[in-house]
Amino acid sequence: MSTGTNAPQVRYTKKDFESDQDVRWCPGCGDYAILSTVQKMMPDLGVPRENIVFISGIGCSSRFPYYMNTYGFHTIHGRAPAIATGLRLARPDLKVFVVTGDGDGLSIGGNHMLHVLRRNVNVTILLFNNRIYGLTKGQYSPTSELGKVTKSTPMGSTDRPVNPCAFALGVGATFVARTVDRNIGHMEETLKRAAAHRGAAFVEILQNCNIYNDMAWGILYDRESKVEHELRVEHGKPLLFGPADARKGLVLDGVKARVVLASEVPADRLWVHDQADVASALVLANLATPPFPVPVGVLAQVEAPIYEDLIADQEKRAVSDRGPGDIARLLTSGDTWTIR
Amino acid sequence: MSQSTAAVPAATKPRRILDRAVVRFAGDSGDGMQLTGEQFTTEAAWAGNDISTLPNFPAEIRAPAGTLFGVSSFQLQFGSRRVYTPGDRLDCLVAMNPAALKVHLSDLKEGGLLILNTSAFEKKNLDRAGYPANPLDDAALDQRYRTHKIDITRLTIDALTGLPLNAKEKDRCKNFFALGLVSWIYTRPIEPTLDWIKKRFAKNADVAEANTRALKAGYHFGETAEIFAECYGVEPAEMAPGVYRSMTGNRALAWGILAAAQRTGLPVVYGAYPITPASDVLHELSMHKRFHVRTFQAEDEIAAVGAIVGAAFGGAIGLCATSGPGLALKSEGIALAVMAELPIVVFDIQRGGPSTGLPTKTEQADLMQALYGRNSECPVVVIAPATPGDCFFIAYEAIRIAVKYMVPVIVLSDGYLANGAEPWLIPDPKNLPDIDVRFRTEPEGFHPYAREEATLARPWVRPGTPGLEHRIGGLEKQDVTGNVSYDPDNHDLMVRLRAEKVRRVAQEIPPTTINGPAGGDLLVVGWGGTYGAITAAVEEAQTAGKSVASIHLRHLCPLPPDLGQILRQYRRVLVPEINSGQLVRVLRAEYLVDAVGFNRVRGVPLATQDIVDAINQLVESNR
Repeated sequence: MSTGTNAPQVRYTKKDFESDQDVRWCPGCGDYAILSTVQKMMPDLGVPRENIVFISGIGCSSRFPYYMNTYGFHTIHGRAPAIATGLRLARPDLKVFVVTGDGDGLSIGGNHMLHVLRRNVNVTILLFNNRIYGLTKGQYSPTSELGKVTKSTPMGSTDRPVNPCAFALGVGATFVARTVDRNIGHMEETLKRAAAHRGAAFVEILQNCNIYNDMAWGILYDRESKVEHELRVEHGKPLLFGPADARKGLVLDGVKARVVLASEVPADRLWVHDQADVASALVLANLATPPFPVPVGVLAQVEAPIYEDLIADQEKRAVSDRGPGDIARLLTSGDTWTIR
Repeated sequence: MSQSTAAVPAATKPRRILDRAVVRFAGDSGDGMQLTGEQFTTEAAWAGNDISTLPNFPAEIRAPAGTLFGVSSFQLQFGSRRVYTPGDRLDCLVAMNPAALKVHLSDLKEGGLLILNTSAFEKKNLDRAGYPANPLDDAALDQRYRTHKIDITRLTIDALTGLPLNAKEKDRCKNFFALGLVSWIYTRPIEPTLDWIKKRFAKNADVAEANTRALKAGYHFGETAEIFAECYGVEPAEMAPGVYRSMTGNRALAWGILAAAQRTGLPVVYGAYPITPASDVLHELSMHKRFHVRTFQAEDEIAAVGAIVGAAFGGAIGLCATSGPGLALKSEGIALAVMAELPIVVFDIQRGGPSTGLPTKTEQADLMQALYGRNSECPVVVIAPATPGDCFFIAYEAIRIAVKYMVPVIVLSDGYLANGAEPWLIPDPKNLPDIDVRFRTEPEGFHPYAREEATLARPWVRPGTPGLEHRIGGLEKQDVTGNVSYDPDNHDLMVRLRAEKVRRVAQEIPPTTINGPAGGDLLVVGWGGTYGAITAAVEEAQTAGKSVASIHLRHLCPLPPDLGQILRQYRRVLVPEINSGQLVRVLRAEYLVDAVGFNRVRGVPLATQDIVDAINQLVESNR
């Protein structure tokens, strides 16, 4: 990774990324696993610790920066993508992570999320999706399912939910992935790929709030159910899921997906995942269970110019075309007159 | 006609010398009145006059032609003495159509010069302006004013005979005819305009030629037409020697930012969401990338301030400009910078409100918003420029204070200062004060919220500095360590520390200049863009023998340390403002003085005469 002027001399360990602050999430919260995984993958980034910044908004997830022994900024509700954009404009040499949740990132901060993704600012965004408002004690979130009974919806939610990955793909994100808090290996692999992406990387982490929305992703936790419902997507491989003895697959008819028994269709009929095909990724992201499985992994990754790079290019060009700025010359440029 | 060599033939008609003159060009928003006014301003500047301008245009981009709400105007006062304002009443009004006449005639002095473009006074335009009968036939116009009915459109088109332009293109040159005519009337040199035309239309020789001809035709019309018996001269003003340029407030703000960028060597991140009348700062800065200014046109006002807080966290200068509605949206971001103690500067180019209000008109009603418009105890530094040119120094000063004290600074400019222009003595950037930027790099003994003694500033640390990794945020901070703290005594202490830090900025404020006697019947206190009108009014009252002085506050929070003492030297205190009485409340609360307000909230600058009347009334009532 090009980030950082001085290549790290020291080989970091996970411990180097643990701050001295007591972690204050509820016992049993899915955030612990994510924190631990992120701390564990940090040494592999190859970025000096001082060049790493975690920016967050408001909510349970947004306490994250306090627990990372890097630079960190716990900001205001929904605005982390904007603050991270400003930081990247000022300091394109830094590796910047944004930590957010389904409420912070898709409700109050939905607009900023849209724009940080479509601009393709070089930040890695971790969106913890527990489908509930935790820190405000249990109201429904923009990802809560229709009819969800919560403190603020005693008769059930009347809001149709947003699908975070579909949203990200829809607004032009160049890297979109989904992973699960209880699948440490997959999460680590996915986060590493996201961190290595050049441009805005969006990772939806399905996360459990054991207090207000326990087992929201239960179908992906239980061993047997997980086999039935988790679809691991891998670039260049057919989309297969289900138990070994009754392997199922997806086929794509036009823009419509269909579940088939893998043994009953020719291998070349199966939908082979192409991460560069954003249109197909959108179909994939929108699959709803049942009858479809939950796709996890990197749904799409494409190349696009990075916003800060374009800004830096213009700045370089302005200097090379006309020389560095000189305020004394500017002040006396154009029409002036002299009084003696 | 284009062959004529002398751009400014010697006036052959009698020339009467005036102290000053107030001229307004008015027409449809498509008539080029802003350009005409700007060019006339340049001509007067060349002639050595002191100047003050007031552009006034509709919020609608291309309002339907001929309508009252589509009228655009440009007013300037130029003089051989110090000119503080664009003037109250007009000596000369140029009305290019009936709507312009209807909107502006009431501002013309009795006996003033009225120039009307007769061809525009036809049925459609008269209907749109709501004239049941053609005012050209109204004898009262000729009786009350020195009215000149001139077919500017036809004379322009005649002057362009033979040029390969269509009728519409020729019609568009009529503003240059009007400019040429007024240039002759006031014997201002047209060379700067000829020069401007040459540069502006370098790629279109026909248009350049057409505008040149129209300008000269207007000029020569004044000289040869029988209708003008005399012309006027305004001698050069006595101004400090040096090199001058015409400067508007928004450009001055942008250039002040550039001066600070160069002095500090730091990158500037300028976050903006387009809003009238602040957008020109964005436009100007986006042309100066070689000063390492990164302009960010954000998705909204909130993102604009968020980005600059992020930039400040990264060790850059973070700035944004907005207007009142945008400042409201930015309050949460500013509060974060207060809590995180990061240096940002927010310019509020005030306009009429509330809500969308009067987007293109001026007002001073955001003072309370700037001082108090955030949740909880959230003190920031608030300063305000006095004149368009002063915007340069105020922007530089805002940045200097922000980084020295690690504090957000709000600058209150206004629509009048932003678009108004004045002759500006170009400063030597070397003489600007130093900007004290120190990034902490030493890990030994580092605490994010340990403070410098004189300023109470916490250390500014650039991410990327080894050994200083730390976390900050919007939650209350423990004193010194910056860790999250809910301790009651700590919160009380931090509330006081944040307030005290802002109070200490008072040590940056120079002694207050008193315009007039050091004590007496009346002190007039002003802030922001009313400086000119107040100064002119007070000087007039002084000339009339009144015991009156004025002071102008550039610093509104904290207030100047000597202010309380000064206020007590006068029997009465008058505070003129373009709001319902905001500074006056602050002064009454802060100093327990019985200050009274003079308030007009009309979307236009205060009239000097109105302030003179208020002064006289207050002085008399106290006898």
